[in-house]
Amino acid sequence: MELLERFAAGDLEAFEALFRQHQKEVYSWIVRIVRDSGIAEDLTVETFWRIYRAHGRFHPAGNFRAWARRIATNAALDHLRTARREIELPEDLASAGAADPAVRRETREQIKQAFFQLSAKYRLVATLALIEEEPYDKIAEAMGISAALVKVRVFRAVRILRKKLNLLGAEVGAK
Amino acid sequence: MSNEENNKEIKELLQQALAPLKDPELRRDLWPQMLQKLSQQPARVPWFDWALAAILCAVLLLFPGAIPALLYHL
Repeated sequence: MELLERFAAGDLEAFEALFRQHQKEVYSWIVRIVRDSGIAEDLTVETFWRIYRAHGRFHPAGNFRAWARRIATNAALDHLRTARREIELPEDLASAGAADPAVRRETREQIKQAFFQLSAKYRLVATLALIEEEPYDKIAEAMGISAALVKVRVFRAVRILRKKLNLLGAEVGAK
Repeated sequence: MSNEENNKEIKELLQQALAPLKDPELRRDLWPQMLQKLSQQPARVPWFDWALAAILCAVLLLFPGAIPALLYHL
């Protein structure tokens, strides 16, 4: 029996094989959304836990990678929804070393503040489309929505960010 | 300012504040953590048990007089 068929039948060894094949990719997708390695590790395990529980709903002819990415996106989105109430900004894996020195520290903080105030669904699309530059159709597939809706959400996220930045006193161009 | 220019400006600002993560590496194997989570799997309550409990609660709410009868039969 094929690996995916064995997984769909509830075989734990097949699940372990799939876990080992895909854990890096799932982690890599999640960490780019939540931007915290510890949280991303926990969410990777949570994603595979959801995958294991849903094995009966997986069709062996289907695309496991895309299915896993969609479940990972939902797990990350759930995290963003609950973590949004926390006041502290999360550890950011990239900003410390890679920030452009030409952009003043104050402006960077204002941008971060505005970004972390976005609602979970807008923060997700803003992260993937604007920061990570993932293609709209890949984001759409991972979120289970159309590419047109992703585009709309990116547009709205940009508009909200611009308003928030203007309120915070950062100089951003025209509306 | 067009949508593309709008997006481009905000994109640049965001990338300066929160730089993209280039090929983030997983530092350890998460399978032991996964096994731990699998072993902690809680006992699942079948859906019909929840349905029965809901029906019972509804009956008791609508007919509070049935509570003593229920307690007598327990």
